[in-house]
Amino acid sequence: MYTLNKPHIKHNQKPLERINQLLWLKVLIHCLSISPLLYIYAQAFTGQLLGDPVDILIHFTGIGAFNLLLITLCISPLAKKLKASKLMKVRRLLGLYSFFYGVLHLTNFLVFDLQFDWSLFAGEIIKRPYITIGMLAFVMLTLLAITSHNKLKRKMGRQWQSLHNLSYLIVILVSIHFYWSVKSELTTPIFYGGLTLIVLLLRFKKLKVLISSRFTS
Amino acid sequence: MLLKLTSKSSLTEHQVTDENIYHQRRAVLKQLGFLGAGALVAGVSSQSHASWFSGEDKPSFATKALNYKPADNAAGQILTTEKKVTTHNNFYEFGSQKHQPVELSQQFNVKPWQLSISGECDKPFTLDYDELFTRFPLEERIYRLRCVEAWSMVIPWLGFSLASLIKQASPNSKAKYVAFETLYDPEQMPGQANRRLGGGIQYPYTEGLRLDEAMNPLTLLSVGLYGKTLPPQNGAPIRLVVPWKYGFKSIKSIVSIKLVSTPPQTTWNKLAPQEYGFYANVNPMHDHPRWSQASERRISGSSVFSAKRIETLPFNGYGEQVAHLYKGMDLHKYY
Repeated sequence: MYTLNKPHIKHNQKPLERINQLLWLKVLIHCLSISPLLYIYAQAFTGQLLGDPVDILIHFTGIGAFNLLLITLCISPLAKKLKASKLMKVRRLLGLYSFFYGVLHLTNFLVFDLQFDWSLFAGEIIKRPYITIGMLAFVMLTLLAITSHNKLKRKMGRQWQSLHNLSYLIVILVSIHFYWSVKSELTTPIFYGGLTLIVLLLRFKKLKVLISSRFTS
Repeated sequence: MLLKLTSKSSLTEHQVTDENIYHQRRAVLKQLGFLGAGALVAGVSSQSHASWFSGEDKPSFATKALNYKPADNAAGQILTTEKKVTTHNNFYEFGSQKHQPVELSQQFNVKPWQLSISGECDKPFTLDYDELFTRFPLEERIYRLRCVEAWSMVIPWLGFSLASLIKQASPNSKAKYVAFETLYDPEQMPGQANRRLGGGIQYPYTEGLRLDEAMNPLTLLSVGLYGKTLPPQNGAPIRLVVPWKYGFKSIKSIVSIKLVSTPPQTTWNKLAPQEYGFYANVNPMHDHPRWSQASERRISGSSVFSAKRIETLPFNGYGEQVAHLYKGMDLHKYY
């Protein structure tokens, strides 16, 4: 994973400095991911949101999960392009935040919209295609979250990468879930469809290999 | 008819509290200023934050108090707060997100207004702005409003029966349906000028009722709520309220009521006929393709906790007054 050629790092830069840079980046990601949630939930709980606070929470966490997923998928191509392999160290953190937003998205739906009507919840997952597809994406994302731990990654060996290649399928399912979920305003889901396409095109070579190997093996 | 005019300074305690929260919120935001950063990784809150930094100088739409006969069934009813009723609106002409109508409609001009009643009738006529409040005596009606999106509110409307208006026009034998149309003015209604803001529906907004539905005593032409004229986000100056149907039938800011002989085209039915029908009677047995209609969130206030999921009733609980209109009709076919 590490390249031997690191022109951007000075000869005498201490390893501690490198770790610090990474730490700051991680701290930044934590802050930027948590603070909007604190803000929006505080507003929702105290009745300060105009419009429908339940819709707003569901949409905010859904779009947030989608944004974080897209960013996560950009890390590898970005690290390659900028020759900044250190960047890969934040990929898991971003991926887990995407999962976290996904958990909140689902929880908002169950708790504030359906208000713990479990049979309605189960029924809607089965009956509504956009929810079925969203649930599928969520289950896959959960598998990725569970297996993100270093120990499990080592144990799984090559299979770990195969499983985590599901992230490309997940982002496609999420964009369809979004598109099918809207009532009439299609501009935003179409825009996100475009972003999804771009992110997939960034990995065109890798995906080509993946898909062709699926058909030959 | 005497119309009381209250000055803007005579605010109720309820409104004063809201203003404090309004200013607090802006102060906090200005200090933290992390919206830009937050937008990077998470979705930006859909609230129109830009307006918070400029809105201080622009006056709010001025409503005025009305004289009316109060409802006799007010006891025991849990009304949705006035703040909620006026800040949670589907009125795509002013933006398709529910917080946008209150934010973007405060400059809406309702004077002069022309409501024309025409079509298959012997005595077509037009009402100007003042006549909306003076032609017919006003009464308060507390109705449940059930949105097709499976949420509902309880609202004290002010108005008069649509039947009174239609009777004055003397419909002839060819009149079988009533067609309604909202104002078309893209300069005043930003959702009509911008497709994304306007939610992708065709304008002007149109709706329709069968003549017997229009003549039913429940069908209300509303010119006010909570004792005052309608704020623009609720459909000023005059709107329809058909409480046994999904909310999208209750067309807002009406300029034309026309008696016609064939079923009129309606906006949501044009956009998605498999999702929104002409009749749109509240029916817990007939699901929307994308969600269940068997239950709804009854909203009483602004917090995320101020709602209760309850069973949806056929005809929104108004079956006693309207079920007979649909005798023998397959309500799965005519949804």
